[in-house]
Amino acid sequence: MTITQQILQQLINGISLGSVYALMALGYTMVYGIIKLINFAHGEVFMIGAFIGFFSITKLGMDFFPAMFTAMIFCAILGILMERLAYKPLRNAHRVAALMTAVGLSMLFQNLALAHSWIGASAKGFPQVFPLQRFQLMENVNISSDRILTLAIAIFLMIALQFIVHKTIMGKAMRAVSLDKDAARLMGINVDKTISFTFALGSSLAAAAGVLFALNYGIVVYQMGLLPGLKAFVAAVLGGIGIIPGAMVGGLLLGVTESAVSAAGGSMFRDAVAFAALIIMLLVKPTGLFGKNVREKV
Amino acid sequence: MAKRFSALLQFALVLALGYAIQMAMDAGMINRYYAHVMTVMAIFVVGAVSLNLINGICGQFSLGHAGFMAVGAYTAAIITKNPDLILPAIFTGNVRFILATLLGGMTAAFVGFLVGLPSLRLRGDYLAIVTLGFGEIIRILLLNWDFVGGASGYFGLVRHTNFFAAFLLSIITITIIRNFIQSSHGRACVSIREDEIAAETMGVPTTRYKVIAFVIASFFAGTAGSMMAHLTQMVTPASFTFILSIELLLMVVLGGLGSITGSIGAAIFLTYAAEALRAFRAYRMILYSLLLILIMLFRPKGLLGTQELSYGLLKESFKSLRTRWQRKKNDDITAAAE
Amino acid sequence: MKRKLSLVLVVTMVLSLALTGCGGNQPQAPAAPAAPEEIKIGSVFPVTGAIATFGQSSLNGTQLAFEEINNAGGVLGGRKLVLINEDNQSKTEETATAFQKLITQDEVSAILGSVASSHSLAGAPIAQAAGIPMLSPTSTNPRVTEVGDFIFRACFIDPFQGQVMAKFALETLGVTTAAMLVEQDSDYSKGLAAYFKKAFEAGGGTIVAEEGYKSTDTDFSAILTRVKAANPAVVFVPAYYGTVGPILRQAQAAEIDAVFLGGDGWDSDKLFELAGDAANGGFFSNHYSPDAGTPEVEAFLAAYQAKFNAVPDALAALAYDAAYMLAQAIEEAGSVEGVAIRDALAAINFTGVSGSVTFDENRNPVKSAVIIEIRDGKQVYKATVNP
Repeated sequence: MTITQQILQQLINGISLGSVYALMALGYTMVYGIIKLINFAHGEVFMIGAFIGFFSITKLGMDFFPAMFTAMIFCAILGILMERLAYKPLRNAHRVAALMTAVGLSMLFQNLALAHSWIGASAKGFPQVFPLQRFQLMENVNISSDRILTLAIAIFLMIALQFIVHKTIMGKAMRAVSLDKDAARLMGINVDKTISFTFALGSSLAAAAGVLFALNYGIVVYQMGLLPGLKAFVAAVLGGIGIIPGAMVGGLLLGVTESAVSAAGGSMFRDAVAFAALIIMLLVKPTGLFGKNVREKV
Repeated sequence: MAKRFSALLQFALVLALGYAIQMAMDAGMINRYYAHVMTVMAIFVVGAVSLNLINGICGQFSLGHAGFMAVGAYTAAIITKNPDLILPAIFTGNVRFILATLLGGMTAAFVGFLVGLPSLRLRGDYLAIVTLGFGEIIRILLLNWDFVGGASGYFGLVRHTNFFAAFLLSIITITIIRNFIQSSHGRACVSIREDEIAAETMGVPTTRYKVIAFVIASFFAGTAGSMMAHLTQMVTPASFTFILSIELLLMVVLGGLGSITGSIGAAIFLTYAAEALRAFRAYRMILYSLLLILIMLFRPKGLLGTQELSYGLLKESFKSLRTRWQRKKNDDITAAAE
Repeated sequence: MKRKLSLVLVVTMVLSLALTGCGGNQPQAPAAPAAPEEIKIGSVFPVTGAIATFGQSSLNGTQLAFEEINNAGGVLGGRKLVLINEDNQSKTEETATAFQKLITQDEVSAILGSVASSHSLAGAPIAQAAGIPMLSPTSTNPRVTEVGDFIFRACFIDPFQGQVMAKFALETLGVTTAAMLVEQDSDYSKGLAAYFKKAFEAGGGTIVAEEGYKSTDTDFSAILTRVKAANPAVVFVPAYYGTVGPILRQAQAAEIDAVFLGGDGWDSDKLFELAGDAANGGFFSNHYSPDAGTPEVEAFLAAYQAKFNAVPDALAALAYDAAYMLAQAIEEAGSVEGVAIRDALAAINFTGVSGSVTFDENRNPVKSAVIIEIRDGKQVYKATVNP
């Protein structure tokens, strides 16, 4: 394997990982954009999505796409419930209160999954739904069918999201609420409904990311949401939190960076590098790559 | 003068009490298991009270307290285990342990400064993620550091920690943090919690106060880590995980964000409850997280709020209960008259 | 009012989730008030936390063994064994507390546990100081039993398994290049890897790549690309099936042709579920082979399957053996005194699922290992290696 081949192969590795981060980062960014809350439980929605997909295939015998769709719908509902029950009552409370609730929800989901007899502590293998096919790009550089599928679905979902945000009434409402909640309300926008919709959208993307992740790496386990969730947040900050294209770029960037760190022999430090990137970004340009400087208003 | 004397007297009395308990333990009147649990309680008091300074008093949100405990624990362990490293060999035994604990705290404070400075400059919730990430970075670094045993951990420490040591540390922590809160610096911190923009407008250097509080809290977390390491006689990268940070957080929340006495009570109560309810351990984290959510939803300032538990508070609440009861009675009388 | 409503909703949501399937964790053995002739045995296995799966397997194995022993009439002329498990939540300081509690509060006669070497190292000084024999089923770090003469183990130590696989690679497979994938936050994995490397290099081989990962990782594609670039003949993956599964599967997707080798952590049917056909062609060292056909193995497999509806892994087998070993030691000691049990353990001659065992002067078991080949999704006996 020559150096070029290695670099190309690692780039492919990084992009497939990054596309999953990007999908998750979108949920973080939308929620943060609209209610200024880091939804810590987002990583657990990702995990639950993966498990719903897993059980839809193994227990209900569904095909892959219906299973993914089921997971997305389920998590959309979960997202709405979460917002209504846990976050909405705290919308006017101190920010830290909402944040602690989010951490609590994250722990709750994780431990319920752990205690649930269907899930438990041990990892489960995600079924190989599509027979493994490898496409040779050049000598020693290949991309598997699962990865192509992941990339295609991720791109499709991102385009769909762009369409929803920019071309539909609901998207317009989302943008309006994130700009100024009170003004939006005065304009006759149903703020509660818009926020719920944002959660539904973000959570269904996380579910899709979860199922794709499971397909790609062949594993579902109750802890799977924790680190990818944090990394997706880092990705969202890198791109500029609250900015949708920023989340996509941030996700891909982080995925490729992680692969690059591993490729250079520092596989143990890939998580550390991700968090270090966050700290450096906060020092240099807290608003992220795509962010504009905004003064906080009273 | 008289006031200071009475404070000193109070301090001496409390210490005498702690020492008496230690003597009872040594004499076997309190069995080893209880002694162990009580020591752990005292260490958790240090952890919870110091975390309260960040989360309760300053209104920031740290999720990395366990990480600072790890820094303190490893630093102190390295010093006590290697008789001529960092500290000269003339310090031995308990003296070395005390100095090591202080140095552990100082290292943790320094790391807290490094972590706090970039993230506390910003408003919002970045601190939570940065401290979380920091905990993970520390873990990875320790795993890769073969000098301290990597994944197997650093073991073979002498058991320097006894109940009195942990108790003494907790008393010192409480005293210093209480004095800090009551000083003008502490008031500045509270003003940041209540309204950061307003505080800044009034000329409070918010970043500086946040960092000061964060560094103090990190220091005590580090000393608590050292105590824990010399109680367990070993320390591993898995000793101080995210879960521990969450447990400390729950203690702070349960006791009330900003209430020192609340944190003390909650630390003791939760440690006790964890021992008493050993049979339900599998569901413990479910219960904890549920508790965290419910407290936040219904009492966003924590169970006790910012109030300190004191004789005055008891008298006050009794009074208010009585007036309420009186009023109700009056209302009843008027209603009956009508 | 609305708040109350949301509370009710939260509670119902949680309850409904909980009722649909919570309770999967095995209930702990009740700390029933002991009748005078019961013998209390403590165990410290993590059933929650990072290594809960291992703790659960160990607990299952122990419970099965105790049930069988008690059904067969107990020990010392009809005295029943009572198991008190304390969950250490996969934490070292909780392990210390659990040991204190078992020894001081419950006054157990001996302790089985813990699982991870780092946990056992936290408990061992307490057991040693109290003069309570401790038998760890699975702590492989040589230093565990060095704590003192009351500390025993039922498993191989790291050097042995690492050497076995290195020898196998060099002599049986006839290869000279190897790569290692090491789980950096597991002392088991690091220990095996270190001794594999030593033996492999001493035998004339070269380690061409050494990559680290963490037990929580799920994406191994980047390190596998590096392994592929180094082009080794074999890849040694000393880890448990939970991470080995996805590694093998992703290695297949990355077109790595090397033979994969591992240790007893591979032993589980879950490996096939996780890795699919990617597991075929691998070899690992283990304590016993399911098709070895000894009566102990057959009986154990059937009983475990019947009780837990699952195929046991190596942890369960070792815990099962450790429990029987302890029972035999108590029987031979004729008493439940710490010193008597210790002496009986040190002199034991035991035959169980994992073969016949005696202890050397460092209280480490002397027993042979078998090498198992994975062929068509089945474990097939390949060779026996004596110490």
